[in-house]
Amino acid sequence: MPPASFFILSCVLFSMGGVAFLIKRDLITQFMAIEIMLNGANLALVAAAKLWGSLAGQVLVFFVITVAAAEAAVGLAIILLIYRQKKNIRSEEINQLKG
Amino acid sequence: MSEYFWLIPFFPAVSSLILVIFGRWLPKKYVSIQAPLAVFLSFLFGLKAFLSLNQSHLETEGPALVKTLFSWIHSGQFQIDFTFWFDPLTAVMVLVVSGVGFIIHVYSVGYMAEDRSYTRYFSLLNLFTFAMLLLVMSQNVVLMFVGWEGVGLCSYLLIGFWFEKPAAASAGKKAFIVNRIGDAAFILGIFFLIINLKTASFPEINHALLSGQVSPALATLIGLLLFIGATGKSAQIPLYVWLPDAMEGPTPVSALIHAATMVTAGVYMVSRFNLLYSYSSAASDVIAIIGALTAVYAGTIALTQNDIKRVLAYSTISQIGYMFLGCGVGAYAAGMFHLYTHAFFKSLLFLAAGSVMHALSGELDMRKMGGLKKYLPLTYPTFLIGAITIAGVPFFSGFFSKDAILTQCYAQGKYLLWALGLVGAVITAFYMFRLIFLTFHGQERFSAEVRHHLRESPPVMTIPLIILAFFSVVAGYVGLPVVFGHNLNWFEQFLEPVIKGKAEAHLTLSMEWLLIIVSVAVALTGIALAYLLYQKSPLLPHQLVRRFPRFYRLLLNKYYVDEIYEAAFVQPLVRGSEAIYYGFDLPVIDGAVNGSARLTAFFGRILSLFQTGQVRDYALIFLIGVALILGLVIF
Amino acid sequence: MAEKMAAFLFFLFAIVSLAAIMGMIFSRHQAHNALFLAVAFTALGGLFALLNAPFIAAVQIIIYAGAIMVLFIFVIMMIDLRQPLPAAKKRWIYWLGAGLMIVVLTELLFVLRSLPSVNSSAEPDFGSPRALGQILFTKYLYAFEITSILIVAALVGSLYLARRKEKD
Repeated sequence: MPPASFFILSCVLFSMGGVAFLIKRDLITQFMAIEIMLNGANLALVAAAKLWGSLAGQVLVFFVITVAAAEAAVGLAIILLIYRQKKNIRSEEINQLKG
Repeated sequence: MSEYFWLIPFFPAVSSLILVIFGRWLPKKYVSIQAPLAVFLSFLFGLKAFLSLNQSHLETEGPALVKTLFSWIHSGQFQIDFTFWFDPLTAVMVLVVSGVGFIIHVYSVGYMAEDRSYTRYFSLLNLFTFAMLLLVMSQNVVLMFVGWEGVGLCSYLLIGFWFEKPAAASAGKKAFIVNRIGDAAFILGIFFLIINLKTASFPEINHALLSGQVSPALATLIGLLLFIGATGKSAQIPLYVWLPDAMEGPTPVSALIHAATMVTAGVYMVSRFNLLYSYSSAASDVIAIIGALTAVYAGTIALTQNDIKRVLAYSTISQIGYMFLGCGVGAYAAGMFHLYTHAFFKSLLFLAAGSVMHALSGELDMRKMGGLKKYLPLTYPTFLIGAITIAGVPFFSGFFSKDAILTQCYAQGKYLLWALGLVGAVITAFYMFRLIFLTFHGQERFSAEVRHHLRESPPVMTIPLIILAFFSVVAGYVGLPVVFGHNLNWFEQFLEPVIKGKAEAHLTLSMEWLLIIVSVAVALTGIALAYLLYQKSPLLPHQLVRRFPRFYRLLLNKYYVDEIYEAAFVQPLVRGSEAIYYGFDLPVIDGAVNGSARLTAFFGRILSLFQTGQVRDYALIFLIGVALILGLVIF
Repeated sequence: MAEKMAAFLFFLFAIVSLAAIMGMIFSRHQAHNALFLAVAFTALGGLFALLNAPFIAAVQIIIYAGAIMVLFIFVIMMIDLRQPLPAAKKRWIYWLGAGLMIVVLTELLFVLRSLPSVNSSAEPDFGSPRALGQILFTKYLYAFEITSILIVAALVGSLYLARRKEKD
């Protein structure tokens, strides 16, 4: 399988994650879209590791996954807090930093 | 030790600096010693330098005492150095400034004893002395101008010494601004001088004049411009208006700056440039005419003034007119002689007036004085000596110097000017004795309260009066006129090496005697008239005023010149400035500055529209950036 | 034969993941989204396996599909999401954004034109846990340790943030 196809796939994944982030209006789904983008990057990294024969790519993916997990934990906790505050999770309504 | 003559200006300079920096912590007694001492040291060094002046050396090679402290301006071929020198003309000025200055410093110790800004006063007085000495000791006209400006600054600071008084503050401003107008002309004169002669130092200027590099037209131009500066500094027509107002300052200041020294700087300057003026008969004529006119004009105003210091102020303007008259007809030595004697008797008069004011708890109005003769046993005689001297009574110094000027006028054939001088002499004698009679004789017109505090001034004030009175009498004997014997005019001979441009004229001995008799007669007439009007029939002045009310008012209001200047010059400038301020400065300049601020705020507000607080929007902007950068990198 | 197998698996996993993500985009229910995502992650894990990264594949499935998505579902359960979303304001700008994303995609694909087609990875245990572990504990030790601290911090942080406040 030519490595190019993996890269193409990762680009497509990344873009679709971005599209999803922009279109969706609730926080949870937007957060999930971010995870998709991360995964797209991971795929590219692993493909590159294979392409150049260096394990560094896989190590990096390892760390990315770890950090993504940590981030997901904290992020979801924050989303919970927001829900407790506003009783909904509409991202449009979070604009206290306006101006 | 005379080679250290260049230290002369620095004693008061250092003293002033010390007083400025450390004044707050110095006890009054110390300041009272340091300030006069500095001036006294200058006097001593000046005396030593004076004694070392060698006549023959001066004739051939110019002054022996020249010292360049450092090279100041160096521009291509053109050079101006910080150079002092000491020649006879400078010697006269240095001795007068430091000598009379020292006496006035001592007097001030008594006069200003209760003033709360005692130290500031002395620091300024010392600073003035430094600037004046700088002016007279400089070897080139640019350095002289530094001193010229310096004395103008100190004059402003000292006139407005009691700056909390609005009258004093505005008098100081008026002095400085009017002076500045004259200085503008002075600077122009210097420019023309430098451009055409490529030099600013006096020896080189004289050299250029002698070798024919200067056309009469150029000499006239430079001479006139410099003289306009002199009318400002020395209070002649048309720029004299600041001097009467300057009486708001402390009386010793009036004595030192506005009688003996600063106002004579113009005369010194003209004398220094005597060769230049000798090449321009037009400029010399202008000087003589203005001098004579001012002498009479100011005298007429002094006739009616009721403020004792105003009388003396107008008297100063008038006497300086005489000095310029002398210089204008080519009798520079006579003009300088009058400067020298005037320093003594005018400062005596001012200090004595100060003593009177001090005794009367600050009263200035002669209408509220009278009969003080018996209360002020030291002030009265010294004041009287001053008055006699200025009136031109023979054997007192004023007679010798005034007569020298008038004789030279006649000898040069300027009969009209001579006549004007005589008229001025009558008026001078008259108003001076009017002052004496009103102040010291007749009825006592002051209140009981003042009577209670009335006493003679302390010795620290009266001893200077006695010293000055002594000099007022004897100082004239160094310049005896021809009638007493040839070559007895030591003053003129002393200045001979410096006055290269003097006009030669000779009169027969009988003519000289005649002129002297006329001068004396004129003086005595004035005194007699004053006696008549103010002692014998004191009602006569009031009757005269009733008969000529408008004429009286004209004189009393100083010919309304201040009001004319105000309307013709000051108001248009003020209105013009206001117009520019409201029409240009506020809308355009402030508008530009405020406008740029508003513009920035405007852009800020636009940018803040991007800050919606929503993460999606921020992500969108991210994305735009990413797309752009990627595009840039790839294509 | 292995080639054909690899290609088939690639397309299988690729299509599954893409379809799952499309489903996630089009679905309105968060719970459905989460499940779709779990499927997508699993497919990705398979893709990793195809790329000689068995350990990473396992980690992906365990952590991503297993832990992270479970976290998501927990939170979804705790949140009352029955209210419908109100009418959206200024929707068009986000469709613009979506279009922009396509532009980015194109740009990225452009980059790929200059990709070398080297096909190395000679070692037999490339990507094995042993090889990965070796490199992790020697060359990348610092990162490893720091990441563990990071996890602890995230743990404490999320616990603190999400705690139930006492009503006083």
